[in-house]
Amino acid sequence: MKYTEEHEWLMEEGELIVVGITEYAAEQLGDVVFVELPEEGTEVSKDDEVVVIESVKAASDILSPLDGEIVEVNSALTDNPGKVNEDPMGDAWFFKIKPSDLSPMEDYMDEAAYKDFIGD
Amino acid sequence: MGMGPVDIGMPDDFLENQVGLGFGSGMTELLSTPLHALHVELGGKMVPFAGYELPVQYKTGIMAEHQHTRDKAGLFDVSHMGQVIVSGGSWEAVATAFETLVPMNVLDLGENRQRYGLFTDTAGGILDDLMFANRGDHLFVVVNAACKAQDIAHMKSVLEPELSVTPVTDRALLALQGPAAEKVLSGLAPEAAGMRFMDVATLSLDGVECWVSRSGYTGEDGYELSVPAEQAEALARTLLAHEDVLPIGLGARDSLRLEAGLCLYGHDIDTTTTPTEAALNWAIQKARRTGGERAGGFPGADVILPQLVEGAARKRVGLRPEGRAPMREGVEIFAAEGGGEAIGKITSGGFGPTVGGPVAMGYLPVDQSATGTTVYGELRGKRLPLVVTALPFVAANFKR
Repeated sequence: MKYTEEHEWLMEEGELIVVGITEYAAEQLGDVVFVELPEEGTEVSKDDEVVVIESVKAASDILSPLDGEIVEVNSALTDNPGKVNEDPMGDAWFFKIKPSDLSPMEDYMDEAAYKDFIGD
Repeated sequence: MGMGPVDIGMPDDFLENQVGLGFGSGMTELLSTPLHALHVELGGKMVPFAGYELPVQYKTGIMAEHQHTRDKAGLFDVSHMGQVIVSGGSWEAVATAFETLVPMNVLDLGENRQRYGLFTDTAGGILDDLMFANRGDHLFVVVNAACKAQDIAHMKSVLEPELSVTPVTDRALLALQGPAAEKVLSGLAPEAAGMRFMDVATLSLDGVECWVSRSGYTGEDGYELSVPAEQAEALARTLLAHEDVLPIGLGARDSLRLEAGLCLYGHDIDTTTTPTEAALNWAIQKARRTGGERAGGFPGADVILPQLVEGAARKRVGLRPEGRAPMREGVEIFAAEGGGEAIGKITSGGFGPTVGGPVAMGYLPVDQSATGTTVYGELRGKRLPLVVTALPFVAANFKR
């Protein structure tokens, strides 16, 4: 598992990367009430805004951590945004990307570095 | 995750910190309320708000706090608000003088009754909204935290030296809100049950002399309690010890008042909105209107009085986004799905936990403000339908 400074977690699943937000981020956001996902098949570049998340108190977004194609989205979140608070590191993944360039993965943090980053 | 522009209808300094971005540089020293230590002990997530450090939420989170207040009772710390006593003459003298500041009927307000008011400016705009109560030998006023210095200066400049304007700085202000509030408070003082909406009384709660009003900012039945600062924490603990009472932060306070259709000063009303535009005509009693026994005589009367009769060009309305996406303050409103200039703007918006969907308030031209009208809010480059909806979104539950 890798982590970004934008509080995303990235998990390899075969040739795909699964993307979600960390427990820390979910806690900071508070109760999530709205999730807008990209369409499957969308070609994205690193740092594109691909997901909109709104909590009771704030609007924010998830940036694509890599270049590639969004091959699958977790559409259950659209109907049940609260899942993001219940299981941010598991069931509430946002999308799976088929990366065209894996090199940024090198720069992302491992768990220890991320924990350090959030001051845990 | 980019924590983009966020808005829950709170001043900017409040927002920067709720997403863990830390204090901005140059932040002025924050004040704390007498309940500060208790908030921290209870796991309150402290944020700057109107110059004070206050809890935006506790561990349970905004949604649960909101629902608990609607179902049972919530305890809010509103000690940041300004409490002011106007005194120094007969009730008649105090009320008559105060009527030069507000378009309300102050004089005929019964003893131990409270009323909603507005400080207006000479252009007919709103300087602040407030609560004022007839306490027999004085007027007790509660104003918004962000405006209190300016409000006090304004009152002093008009009312002194004939009267005295005295900020009450040694008392906290708590709000106990929700359907169980009566049961909880009357457990401490049986007289609380006999109070009606907008009654005020001095009650001994757990041995502490409190100035109590049956009012609030949630649309629920409830009370506001002005309590000596040094006894505030003990009283709060006593109230929280009741199984029906949970502490509630600023986040739920905002979603509760939004569902109740209540204005937040600096957002839904300000100096650019008149009472009529803000749909607050109900707050201006007949005695102060054209043809009334004390018509006019308040700042901006030449603008406000004709609007009460003829209406204004725009109006504050309730708006329900049709989809699930919340539309927050600043979202521009259009008449059509494509083209055209903006016809209005959202002034407060977010998710309404009791409604179970997004709710908002904003201003629209009067001819496009009929209930049921579909307009469009522009969100992230897309225009999404919004339906003009009667306020409040959640019916008030006052004990009239």
